[in-house]
Amino acid sequence: MYNFTFHRPTTVRQAAGLLARNPEGKLLAGGHSLLPVMKQRLAQPSALVDLSQVEGMTGVELKGRSVVIGAMTRHADVAKSDVLKEVLPGLASVPGSIGDPQVRNRGTIGGSIANNDPNADYPAACLGLGATIITNKRRIAADDFFTGMFSTALEDGEIIVKVSFPIAKKAAYEKFKHPASGFALVGVFVSKRGPDIRVAVTGAGSNGVFRVKSFEEALKKRFSPKSIEGITVPASGMNSDIHATPEYRAHLVGVLAKRALTKATA
Amino acid sequence: MAKVSMTVNGKAVTGDVEPRTLLVQFLRENLRLTGTHVGCDTSQCGACVVHIDGVAAKSCTTLAVQCEGQSITTIEGLASPDGKLHPMQEAFRENHGLQCGYCTPGMIMAALDIVRHNGNELDEHTIREQLDGNICRCTGYHNIVKAIEAGARAMAK
Repeated sequence: MYNFTFHRPTTVRQAAGLLARNPEGKLLAGGHSLLPVMKQRLAQPSALVDLSQVEGMTGVELKGRSVVIGAMTRHADVAKSDVLKEVLPGLASVPGSIGDPQVRNRGTIGGSIANNDPNADYPAACLGLGATIITNKRRIAADDFFTGMFSTALEDGEIIVKVSFPIAKKAAYEKFKHPASGFALVGVFVSKRGPDIRVAVTGAGSNGVFRVKSFEEALKKRFSPKSIEGITVPASGMNSDIHATPEYRAHLVGVLAKRALTKATA
Repeated sequence: MAKVSMTVNGKAVTGDVEPRTLLVQFLRENLRLTGTHVGCDTSQCGACVVHIDGVAAKSCTTLAVQCEGQSITTIEGLASPDGKLHPMQEAFRENHGLQCGYCTPGMIMAALDIVRHNGNELDEHTIREQLDGNICRCTGYHNIVKAIEAGARAMAK
């Protein structure tokens, strides 16, 4: 890995200041996506701004009809949050499927969302629940946040501070896990909160996480796996690599959506 | 260069490192604690697992400077000063939970984290699932699982 300068701010304001002074710098959260790409020399930030000592960026909190998760909360801590398991078990099940135990002990929700890996799990949960990403500057709806593979609406110097998830009565995530990497070959998050029905897919789309409008329309009549039977998802726009063809991924979207709906309505 | 100080196996240590120095490099090259291994260097194999403030982590995917002020435990920190093995180490010896031994330090550090989360009575399924991040290239998993089950029990005594 190329060398860099290392900074450890204790407030969000300091972190933003450091980013402004280091335009080629990057934020460091858990480091489990960033450090591997730096090792491969695919990224060479001039500075790393470590957020681990910044106050007020961890924890899972119930706030009215939402659950608010600090951006630096580790996957393992989200997975074992009692409050989350009680009010939104569909979301609580997501971090437990990421990577392996040691990765979950370091990786963070904010890091995962900011990176927007096309195979990552949290982007599907955010889009599938209609989350709000709260930064040091503004609030961004998940629908506007994920703008394509590894790209987001975050501007230079913008820092994700927390993520707010509305509590949906019915919500579940199902994923076809790549056996070696643990990433989602395809993952589908479904939710129903009043009239708001969402089906979000990760891993499949060549442009990152997306919603399946045809499924959402069909589910308006009845939120049940039966409602989407016979509806196929087109293979165009699906990822193609050594692991799966676009057709296979498109097929998996339907299979996993049905499984997730079964789980959500159980 | 950056100055870094942390506690390793109960001893305060300091070092001058480049910020890009990985925790595993710092442990092995600066402190000569070569029990922690590097297998894949891509956070897959788990040979480099150590505890950071009591939590298992892959030291090949952690910078030394990220551990400023924290407490690290490596495989060298488990046995008693008189050389008596930790019950988990003893269980690996007793159950022949290793073949070439390369993955063993990481397996044992991961095993202790499994016990911390799941208690002393472990079933095979839990152990195998929780060993997701540790690879044994000799494929000696059967005895590793047996060793962890026995070690967890022995730790309760």
